[in-house]
Amino acid sequence: MMRLELVKRPQRSALFSALSPFIAFALTIIAGAILFALLGVNPLTAFRIYFIEPISQVWQLHELAIKAAPLILIAVGLSVCYKANIWNIGAEGQFIFGAIFGSAIPVLFPQFEGPLVLPLMLLLGMVGGAAYAAIPAFLKTRFNTNEILTSLMLVYVAQLFLDWLVRGPWRDPQGHGFPQTIQFGDSAVLPELMPDAGRANWGFVFALVAAVLIWILMGRMLKGFEVRVLGSSPRAGRFAGFGLSRMVFFAFLLSGALAGLAGISEVSGAIGQLQPVISPGYGFTAIIVAFLGRLNPLGIIAAGLVLALTYLGGEAVQSALGISDKVARVFQGMLLFFVLGCDTLIHYRIRLIGLALTEQEGAAKLDAAPKLKEAR
Amino acid sequence: MSANHDGANLLEVRGLTKIFGTLTACDHIDLNIAKGEIHALLGENGAGKSTLVKMLFGSLEPNSGEIFWNGQAARITSPGVAKKLGIGMVFQHFSLFEALTAAENIALSLDDGSPISSIAAKARALSYSYGLPLDPDSLVGDLSVGERQRIEIIRCLLQTPQLIILDEPTSVLTPQEADKLFETLERLRSEGKSILYISHRLEEVKRICDRATVLRHGKVVGHCNPREETAASLARMMVGNEVQAVVRAPVEGIETAQPLLEVRGLTRKPATPFSIPLKNISLNVRAGEVIGIAGVAGNGQGEFFESVSGEVLQQDAASVRIRGKDAGGLTITGRRLLGAAFVPEERLGHGAAPRMKLSENLLLSRHATDGKAFVGTGGMVKSGAIYAASQRIIEAMDVRKSAPDPEAAALSGGNLQKFIVGRELDRRPSVMVVNQPTWGVDAGAAAHIRQALIELSRSGSAVLVISQDLDELFEISDAIAVMHNGELSKPMPIAEATFEKVGLLMGGAEPGHAEHTLETA
Repeated sequence: MMRLELVKRPQRSALFSALSPFIAFALTIIAGAILFALLGVNPLTAFRIYFIEPISQVWQLHELAIKAAPLILIAVGLSVCYKANIWNIGAEGQFIFGAIFGSAIPVLFPQFEGPLVLPLMLLLGMVGGAAYAAIPAFLKTRFNTNEILTSLMLVYVAQLFLDWLVRGPWRDPQGHGFPQTIQFGDSAVLPELMPDAGRANWGFVFALVAAVLIWILMGRMLKGFEVRVLGSSPRAGRFAGFGLSRMVFFAFLLSGALAGLAGISEVSGAIGQLQPVISPGYGFTAIIVAFLGRLNPLGIIAAGLVLALTYLGGEAVQSALGISDKVARVFQGMLLFFVLGCDTLIHYRIRLIGLALTEQEGAAKLDAAPKLKEAR
Repeated sequence: MSANHDGANLLEVRGLTKIFGTLTACDHIDLNIAKGEIHALLGENGAGKSTLVKMLFGSLEPNSGEIFWNGQAARITSPGVAKKLGIGMVFQHFSLFEALTAAENIALSLDDGSPISSIAAKARALSYSYGLPLDPDSLVGDLSVGERQRIEIIRCLLQTPQLIILDEPTSVLTPQEADKLFETLERLRSEGKSILYISHRLEEVKRICDRATVLRHGKVVGHCNPREETAASLARMMVGNEVQAVVRAPVEGIETAQPLLEVRGLTRKPATPFSIPLKNISLNVRAGEVIGIAGVAGNGQGEFFESVSGEVLQQDAASVRIRGKDAGGLTITGRRLLGAAFVPEERLGHGAAPRMKLSENLLLSRHATDGKAFVGTGGMVKSGAIYAASQRIIEAMDVRKSAPDPEAAALSGGNLQKFIVGRELDRRPSVMVVNQPTWGVDAGAAAHIRQALIELSRSGSAVLVISQDLDELFEISDAIAVMHNGELSKPMPIAEATFEKVGLLMGGAEPGHAEHTLETA
């Protein structure tokens, strides 16, 4: 009789650290094939429609960039949080508040025009996202609340607040009662990169620049070192003289600002006005992007493109095969599930083992014993 | 060595081998334990003692080899099986719940459903009959380390074992408490019980053990009668060669030297229900001297270290002064900038980040003090400079490693400790505070670290060493103070200090006889 066992590696495996997203992607494809087969669709046809057709023309690549931009912007911010072992789950809310703050200028002062409008909107968007992220940071440092819960719950507050705004005080008086603000003026619209080729706007450039900057911050700068030390061994971080409360604020404000920038870029670029729903869950999908990208900003760029494709593919299978576009959410969920599962391979080896040799059992107990002690 | 299946041997081990990956932790170990003997298992850290014992107690399964119990082949697959056979174990690190009473803790391990009151009564009777008085209704959190060990011993004895394994039992005891333990062990031996006694303290092994098995690098290097050996000859067997003795030149005119570290009336409330409050601690460490702080673990040393290092701030800024400046309100970074350096007790997770490279761990404690050298404009880390500096330290401290710049967790404890101490020495700090400098470090590396600390002091720095190892403190200190229950005695000059005097203070005797030439503020 044989069984599988996990054997702890002495060092984390660099190979599997790089390989695990690809294994996860392969497993997602296999699971997806089963899913499509059960829905009565030939998996090969479905995959062609899901993964290939949405990116077979240049204008479609622009659509991909539009979807990837907010994912990458949010995910690089979240990667800093997660490296610091701070769990900001509320990027969706920070995204919305960035959009609201930035939209205040074109909605409240439609007469104000000129080259200053857009930079001010983007800045306000970052301020809005950061301010909204400061709430869970403050609650955590002041009252020791769990930031996972507070940041998540604030998402729903933000969604309902936006809903109220566009139905109430900010509703377009000439909008025939539709719940939306006025269309932004020309100077409040984020320009397209190559208007002749497709719709992609400067948001994608912001995302790439943010990813490179965060990559330098985390890999080359003292502040990034501080993030990594406090995240991996808080006591050593305190010994180094790094403050945990300061770090909570730094990580939340930074990720909030980037989510806010994503929010205002989306509204002023792709949508052009505020409406009750401005995001297909970018703030949550970005969590998957961050982990699929190994919390590495450059990896996140690639992961952002992959997840953007799942959105486009979802729309494509809906129109071509009549399958609900919720299938995109299923793919995203499976991807995160498999990524987290495959991460086990970074720290563990899988060994096929006969029942007679049970030394790993003992080793596991040996591992468990000191943990008990530490727990005291 | 007595013969095989004649019934005299309670336990026989033949060719026991345990392999972890590429490391052979135990390599064909042979061991016989007779009925009614105290058998010592000697060896340095990493010699394989703990692995061997874990196999005997069923928490590890051997790769090969045989175990005979009373002449019968036995497979000890779990601690439960070991207990049933009649093997009991008292671990070096206790596994007790502090928020429960002694009796509740015992009941948890007995697992037989008898009511707490009857267990308490049994435990009380047993504890008095063995001269280890214990109140079963007291909360573990309120007990001293010595008393906690009694719970572990009583818990073990309640299962009426024939073989009792004790792992470094005296490392947490005062010399006087240890004497009491030895009486108990002798009594158990006279009742025909066997004891496997693990230690690296040679004097006590010579004193109470009938036979000894010495391990080195996972192999048995000899069996002997410790009473016929000298401490030096046992040490040679353990280490394999002579360990360089530490040289400590006497200091002159220290009374007039500048105090570089001053602690004045330091008081701290307990941070958690089970931590020790610090009570009015005062101490001066002058340029050129090493002051040792002795004490049984858990008497406030950790709290004291945190307060001096600045990981915890003081309300009264003057309660800690570094080089004549009030530092009580400064963070650890501020104190480092005044010239102080710190080495905490825990290496992994406190003194070093386990999953970071050595060069990054250099940055950990020196990003502020060596800001110019290691951090460039705009907060960019100069990775070339920290790599070069870490290689310099690795060379100076003879750190053995498998890769040019490995993760801290990949180093053995002793080598990591050498790096962590070397990281601070490399700065030539004027004040050095070290908690347990050689805990878990092999003899050669320990001598290296001790000598380096003495040399730092002789070059004009103030060195404060907190240690549970009395031999170490007597080797390197110019004066020894004792911490007990959050209070610190006056430092005793080393010329006047004896094990007995220090031991009494560790047990909580009044520091009345500690007349000291160095006045404390």
